[in-house]
Amino acid sequence: MLEKALSGSRRYWGWVFFLLAVIGAGVIAYLFQYQYGLTITGLSRDVSWGFYIAQFTFLVGVAASAVMLVIPYYLHNYKKFGRIVILGEFLAISAVIMCVLFIFVDLGQPTRVMNVMLHPTPNSVMFWDMIVLIGYLTLNLVIGWTTLGAERKEVAPPAWVKPLIYLSIPWAASIHTVTAFLYAGLPGRHLWLTAIMAARFLSSAFAAGPALLILLALIVRKTSKFDPGKEALQSLAKIVTYAMTINVFFFLLEVFTAFYSNIPGHMHPLKYLFLGLEGHSRLVPWMWSATILAFVGLALLIYPGTRRNESILPIALISVFVSAWIDKGMGLVIGGFVPNPFERVVEYTPTLPELMISLGVYAIGFLVLTVLYKVAIAVKEETEGVEIPH
Amino acid sequence: MSINRRQFLKIAGISTILGIGGTAVVNGLRKGDLEASQMEPNPEGLTAKRWGFVVDMSKFKSEADVKRVIASCHDIHNVPDFGNPKDEVKWIWKDDYEHVFPGQENEYATEEMKGKPFMVFCNHCAYPACVRVCPTKATFKRKDGIVMMDMHRCIGCRFCMAACPFGARSFNFRDPRGTDANGQPFIKHLDPEFPTRTKGVVEKCTGCYERLAKGKMPACVEASNGGIVFGDLEDPNSEVRKLIGKNYTIRRRPELGTQPSIYYIIGGNENA
Repeated sequence: MLEKALSGSRRYWGWVFFLLAVIGAGVIAYLFQYQYGLTITGLSRDVSWGFYIAQFTFLVGVAASAVMLVIPYYLHNYKKFGRIVILGEFLAISAVIMCVLFIFVDLGQPTRVMNVMLHPTPNSVMFWDMIVLIGYLTLNLVIGWTTLGAERKEVAPPAWVKPLIYLSIPWAASIHTVTAFLYAGLPGRHLWLTAIMAARFLSSAFAAGPALLILLALIVRKTSKFDPGKEALQSLAKIVTYAMTINVFFFLLEVFTAFYSNIPGHMHPLKYLFLGLEGHSRLVPWMWSATILAFVGLALLIYPGTRRNESILPIALISVFVSAWIDKGMGLVIGGFVPNPFERVVEYTPTLPELMISLGVYAIGFLVLTVLYKVAIAVKEETEGVEIPH
Repeated sequence: MSINRRQFLKIAGISTILGIGGTAVVNGLRKGDLEASQMEPNPEGLTAKRWGFVVDMSKFKSEADVKRVIASCHDIHNVPDFGNPKDEVKWIWKDDYEHVFPGQENEYATEEMKGKPFMVFCNHCAYPACVRVCPTKATFKRKDGIVMMDMHRCIGCRFCMAACPFGARSFNFRDPRGTDANGQPFIKHLDPEFPTRTKGVVEKCTGCYERLAKGKMPACVEASNGGIVFGDLEDPNSEVRKLIGKNYTIRRRPELGTQPSIYYIIGGNENA
């Protein structure tokens, strides 16, 4: 099926070569980092994880969100999602690949990465994160490719795929739960030491992931003959609405506990993020932007008139997506390190090479996504109008 | 000599079997022998059930006391000086009461207390969070309580730095064996007795394991003139236990349950 990605319009190839150019710039920046070490990043002794690990964390959520299509389609037989479930599975594949790459570029000794497998350490959450991510990638590759292959031949997918699909549902929850456990089990990092961390991760993932998926589906509809279906996208938008509402609610729970209890350690990171601490306030404008975007997005999504309007819907979805990205892709990781264990404030800003490497990883993800979507859409266009059982 | 595919597969198969079998036979014969990585322990080496430290603040009177102790460690362990706080590597350093014991600050404390230089280094916790999270066992706990680093196994993921509630760990953001813009080496006095590290690995105080093995006290203890006392916390007759028994001592963030092995005698006046 892959050959379908080899023929495309001038615009398709233009996009592919643009991505390749960004990847090239990222590779050059990475070689620079490989040579000189992580000193070229903004990371320090005090903020020892930053942009890379934050992107990893955010993208695990995007990957997990495919389950928001799988559950209605396979468990509730909601047929409208039949046309786009493959888009969710392929988005998951590209997101997991980006996750793995973000971990890789964050390593101080990347050539030793196989030590995680050579010396398996079950008491380390990172060991389990590796297992669930590789498992989830494999599941989605096998499921996506097999079901699409069957669709192309206009037959039902083989029976053995069904158990794998059911397995992928708890597995999706597991990847984000285990990723939350990376943070939630550490003593002495107040922002992270919260029992609802995994729940927050899942709710923000099920808001941001499907929001991105709808936006991608709208792009697909514009650039191809394949129509994902208005009703499917509207149903997905409702999922985004519920998930984002829960996400905001969970966050407010954290705010209540920290400030009503008045425990300094619990208040400090939140104060740093939203008000600034000891004169340091680099993230304050970002966090308030995220807050405003969250409420704008929610208002537009909750009111049916704006949600159903397809020219306003993208604005709502972009608001939700950007809000979740700032929250997890910047605030969560950096806020965990500020103030440091000595209650001193040391700030962090990603450097240009760090951002170039990150863009390169995103470009690799989008290239994988482009190729997979190209294949999927070519198959969909061929089989347009054929009802295939699942 | 040219071989066909069949011959090649035969040779490959036989050598694989010989290889696997051979290793098993050799391993069997070598029972009781020592691995290359093992050595007969030095009979003069210091041993304990759980090594611990007592820091007696009354012995740190001047800046010179602090500097001497830090230098005694950093010099023999080839700790690089990168000259900026962002890339900083440190094994032992000082900070003030308010920042060493956050959550126990006292707004009415005397200026003297606020200004005291508290020596901080790895706590060699009984239940270390860093060891729990390390995905490769590159940081591990020895039977004598020392929390060790294997700098050859560390992949540089820095999970341990996020986990350590004491900020005891440093990362080599750049090559410690290198030189700065003026050609000055980052390691000012290279000590050939101790290994230098590579970029991209985490390091910290390792309790002077290399000195203990030779029967010597940790360097900071030796240099501190009684300011840092070292001994077996499990031995009721050890000097550290006697000091803990006689004085009121505190530890950093004991509420986190890691059981730090550094006890501080704050002192200051008659009632302390």
